[in-house]
Amino acid sequence: MARESYGRLVAFLAARDRDIASAEDAFSDALAAALADWPRRGVPANPEGWLIVTARRRRIDAARRGRVADEASETLRLAAEELQAVEDAGPIPDRRLALMFVCAHPAIDEAVRAPLMLQTILGLDATAIASAFLVSPAAMGQRLSRAKAKIRLAGAPFRVPERDELPERLGAVLEAIYAAFAHGWEQAFADDPRGRNLAEEAIWLGRLVASLALDEPEALGLLALMLYADSRRAARRDAAGRYVPLAEQEVSRWNAAAIDEAERLLTVAGARRAPGRFQLEAAIQSAHAARIHGGATDWPAIAALYDALYALTESKVVAVNRAVATAEARGATAGLALLEAAAADGGLDGYQSYWAARAALSARAGRKDEAREAYRRAIGLEFDPATRAFLLERLASLG
Amino acid sequence: MQYLLMIHGEEGRLATMPKAEVEKMMGAYGAYTKALKDAGVLRGGERLQPSTTATVVRTKNGKTSVLNGPYAEVKEQLGGYYVIDAADLDAAIGWAARCPGAADGAIEVRPIWPM
Repeated sequence: MARESYGRLVAFLAARDRDIASAEDAFSDALAAALADWPRRGVPANPEGWLIVTARRRRIDAARRGRVADEASETLRLAAEELQAVEDAGPIPDRRLALMFVCAHPAIDEAVRAPLMLQTILGLDATAIASAFLVSPAAMGQRLSRAKAKIRLAGAPFRVPERDELPERLGAVLEAIYAAFAHGWEQAFADDPRGRNLAEEAIWLGRLVASLALDEPEALGLLALMLYADSRRAARRDAAGRYVPLAEQEVSRWNAAAIDEAERLLTVAGARRAPGRFQLEAAIQSAHAARIHGGATDWPAIAALYDALYALTESKVVAVNRAVATAEARGATAGLALLEAAAADGGLDGYQSYWAARAALSARAGRKDEAREAYRRAIGLEFDPATRAFLLERLASLG
Repeated sequence: MQYLLMIHGEEGRLATMPKAEVEKMMGAYGAYTKALKDAGVLRGGERLQPSTTATVVRTKNGKTSVLNGPYAEVKEQLGGYYVIDAADLDAAIGWAARCPGAADGAIEVRPIWPM
């Protein structure tokens, strides 16, 4: 119950005065009170209502210390009325989507949006989030509390945006969820198991936003994209824990149920005729997944999808993947030309995937010296030991 | 909530602007101010003299220093402000985006500390 309830109760408690930090504190206190109270007196008929009212009382107690007694007794009387109201009303309204829009508000620093969502919706602690995002717990804690202070003081509203601004604002929510997924994905095999959980947490958030945002096509596209990627998790390593590139993965180790679900989501999204970045990325994953049904990979189709995705996003990351797909469809030289164009301004120098792609394509084009140099750069930038070992092997095979 | 909308812009551009352009701009500000009034959100606002007229005053250890010039030498200077009363940050951003100064400068939206 805690996971479902956490975000719902924090969102509900914070929606009125936008004070997320105090809502979280009050909720933790209420949870502790429940752990002490419920085993003795039994679980109340409306557990969430009980938690809400207890949390509200804690907040009032906290506020009372700074105020005159009359005012406090008035708020306590209101809280007692509220208790009755909550008990009568049954399930509390779900404000989690509004809370997500607050976390991904344009006034909030982009880098803190995903961590904020993981903390406020899922209740992850700052230390776990910090380790997944490769920053110190102290720095992460500070960023999170600064963002919460801004939401409260600047008055970022808890509301779902109107239709005309919804696509753009929803885009920021989806980007933040995808950032959380990407962090979990990169560290899926790291020693710290919390990294892997992050990919699952992001999928959970993706399901939540798809269900709450009334099947917006891009929300479905993002969920499909994450499911496709996650379906291959087990196949990314062989029995000895070595890195296995996509082209060499055993499709029997892919999660067929996840792929089926992703296919269904993408079909529903496509029927809305409102294409977007995440649907395009999911379509690319769908083309890769065709191998599970015995089909060959349709590289010209994938390259064309990347062309469309690049035209839409002009992202450097997309440019690298587009070059790789183009190399498969039209030869290594064509791919290298695209890579070189994308890297012309030096913006990719610190990007591991760029060097790995450049190494593989150079090797295939017979440009061994360039391939060796690019492998060294890629190895130097890699976090994951298994991938590093794989790249070292490829480098050695060049002689 | 009350918000301060600070209009930052390039002063040099204004000085060299043709008269017709200046009139157009004044017309746009007039219409904007009226829209704020009509919506019942306007609480105050003024246009400022150029930053070359600014003086910076400090008192340190009982000694007052008076210096010429704006507080910070930046390309875009504070040229005016509005104080508005908006429901929330999104409403304030909505008004800031309509300010003529947003098109050729930047509007900083700052919540006012309630007293």
